[in-house]
Amino acid sequence: MLLNGAQILVQTLIEQGVTDVFGYPGGQVINIYDALYEYKDKINHVLTAHEQGASHAADGYSRATGKVGVCIATSGPGATNLVTGIATAMLDSIPLVAITGNVPNSLIGKDSFQEIDITGVTMPITKHNFFVKRIEDLADTVRKAFSIAKSGRPGPVLVDIPKDVQVGKYEFEPQGIVEKIPLPKVKEELIDEAVKMIGEATRPYIYVGGGAAGLGMGNEIVDFANKIDAVIGCSFMGLSAVPQENERFLGMQGMHGHYASSMSQNEADLILAIGVRFSDRATGNVAKFAKNTKIIQLDPDSAEVNKNVRVELGLVGDVEDSFKRIVAKCENKSNPAWIARVRELKAEEIAFEEEIAAANQAPLTPKQVFEIINAEKLPKTVITTDVGQHQMWTAQYVRFDRPRRWVSSGGLGTMGFGLGAAMGAYVATKDPTVLITGDGSFGMNLNELATAVTYKLPIVIVLLNNGVLGMVRQWQTLFFGKRYSNTVLDRKTDFVKLAKAFGAEGYLAETPVEFKQAFQKAIKANGPVVIDVRIDKDEFVLPMLPPGGAIDDIITKVR
Amino acid sequence: MENNRFIIAVYVENKAGVLTRVTAMFTRRGFNIDALTVAETEDSEYSRITIAISGDSYAKEQVINQLKKLLVVKKVEVLDDAPIKRELMLIKVRNESKNRADIMTAVDVFRASVIDYSIEGMCIEVTGNPSKIDAFVKLMQPFGILEMCRTGIVALDRGTTTLLSK
Repeated sequence: MLLNGAQILVQTLIEQGVTDVFGYPGGQVINIYDALYEYKDKINHVLTAHEQGASHAADGYSRATGKVGVCIATSGPGATNLVTGIATAMLDSIPLVAITGNVPNSLIGKDSFQEIDITGVTMPITKHNFFVKRIEDLADTVRKAFSIAKSGRPGPVLVDIPKDVQVGKYEFEPQGIVEKIPLPKVKEELIDEAVKMIGEATRPYIYVGGGAAGLGMGNEIVDFANKIDAVIGCSFMGLSAVPQENERFLGMQGMHGHYASSMSQNEADLILAIGVRFSDRATGNVAKFAKNTKIIQLDPDSAEVNKNVRVELGLVGDVEDSFKRIVAKCENKSNPAWIARVRELKAEEIAFEEEIAAANQAPLTPKQVFEIINAEKLPKTVITTDVGQHQMWTAQYVRFDRPRRWVSSGGLGTMGFGLGAAMGAYVATKDPTVLITGDGSFGMNLNELATAVTYKLPIVIVLLNNGVLGMVRQWQTLFFGKRYSNTVLDRKTDFVKLAKAFGAEGYLAETPVEFKQAFQKAIKANGPVVIDVRIDKDEFVLPMLPPGGAIDDIITKVR
Repeated sequence: MENNRFIIAVYVENKAGVLTRVTAMFTRRGFNIDALTVAETEDSEYSRITIAISGDSYAKEQVINQLKKLLVVKKVEVLDDAPIKRELMLIKVRNESKNRADIMTAVDVFRASVIDYSIEGMCIEVTGNPSKIDAFVKLMQPFGILEMCRTGIVALDRGTTTLLSK
């Protein structure tokens, strides 16, 4: 059938199984929006308050489901407003297709109104990007974008479409959904080598990352840990990948990881790393990271092997396949001394956590907030966060009941990510969605409250309000002699009134009882609710490995 | 770890913006390019980029793996087992009568050729290994180099093996 470029684009999105897109109209995408109007029974467009919100929503949509998230923006400022969202997706390997309009080919390069070289701008923050010069290439380029976004190590792809290509006419024939390009299978010798190393290990630690979160192998990983008598820890991105209600799961390791998880990783004689990239926040000083430990790394991306830490064995290719073949070949093992040692570490962890909790006289502490959230949250709840102390507390305390329930910006650490991402996650899943945020992060993109109200997205926003930029303040307290440069917000914002002004509900919580009541009400609401939770400005995220420090430098107490 | 110079041959799609993608990777990852040449290959759909860079074995491994990830890259190969390497240089030197004989001797010994000649200066073309070019430049320095232009390295493996057949 003969269609115009905008129709071809929207038809191709529909063909690729897209049911929801997030975006904002503008001069150079009017034609695309006209096509969206035409196909509105097949594709739901969520109009955000700002293009950045659209990019984070598409990202959250993807994290919560594994589907490719899609966002649309106009040329120039519309396109540049997507940049932070695209970079966020890139650093966490999230499949995203960002569509931008551009000025017609005839005006390209002339510094025309709202013209920007967005493929140039996004080159280092996309897995790949395209400028579609000719309408003949449009449908196949969009298909290729989906294929690239979801194949191998996923990532964002941007497709920039000049206006004349949207307007021009060309033949379109729908095709099927493009499949992921299969990853190569790892050679049998390498699998055997891994099996041998696991067989020889007496202190094994299975280290699960974001790469495993997308594969849904959580139960298999726990079964395997039982089989070889290993413990399980995860990176920040690996949270919710593995069922947590088992004794072997030690939680997140790294800068703000659980003490027992970081310590046992350091004491292990073998780390089986599944889909992790050994980020600096996870390793601290790489020269001292797990020095006497052999590492087997399973990853689809060859550039991740030996990038940040040297590994004994890299199994590059289809992670799920490698893992299953290893599992099939490994013998049952028992490592009682190791398990006893880890129990000791866990007991130490519990002891100092209790000590900290007992010493805290504040009317409402973050720990209490998270205990209430864990007890009261509904099954399947998606937890999204912004960035800062609240994010680390969430990572430490929240219990996830299934995979893909953890939606948080790890690699880029994007403040202002959470509300957009929560909207995307809810639109994708229709499951209960809770955003944990702080007053700093929330202030960055709270404009999306308007969107959440308009679309009646029942997002529970738990705003841990301490009046400061808590994480930076924590660093200033510990490493800068309490010189609180520009981290005291001292704003007069009334978040309850603010929520109401946007048409949302707002509650104030200053005690555990108030918070519990507010949370219980909020999860039953049919629109967004902001709970302004007052916490002390000098709460700390502990333990903490100082930046660039090693495990011996771990801070477990602040006097 | 020891720093060595190594040469990487990269087969890429012959399209607009491809060179930017390749070089942007070097910037992004903090590697410095010593020399770079690029031109169409025997197949007009592909270009061949030859990059000389200095680095340790870590840099070498990372550069190769990161290049392989680029979707415009078809093939990456390190050419470190004494491949056939050539570079071409055009060099303009001052032509003073007291130096003329020395310059002409050097041209002769280096199997270079004089491609432009005037009373004040001459332009010489030299082809060979980069080390030979370096030596020629050094030799010309006392006579007064007015301007010079080097192409960067091009390299092929010996024998009948090709980059794409490996």
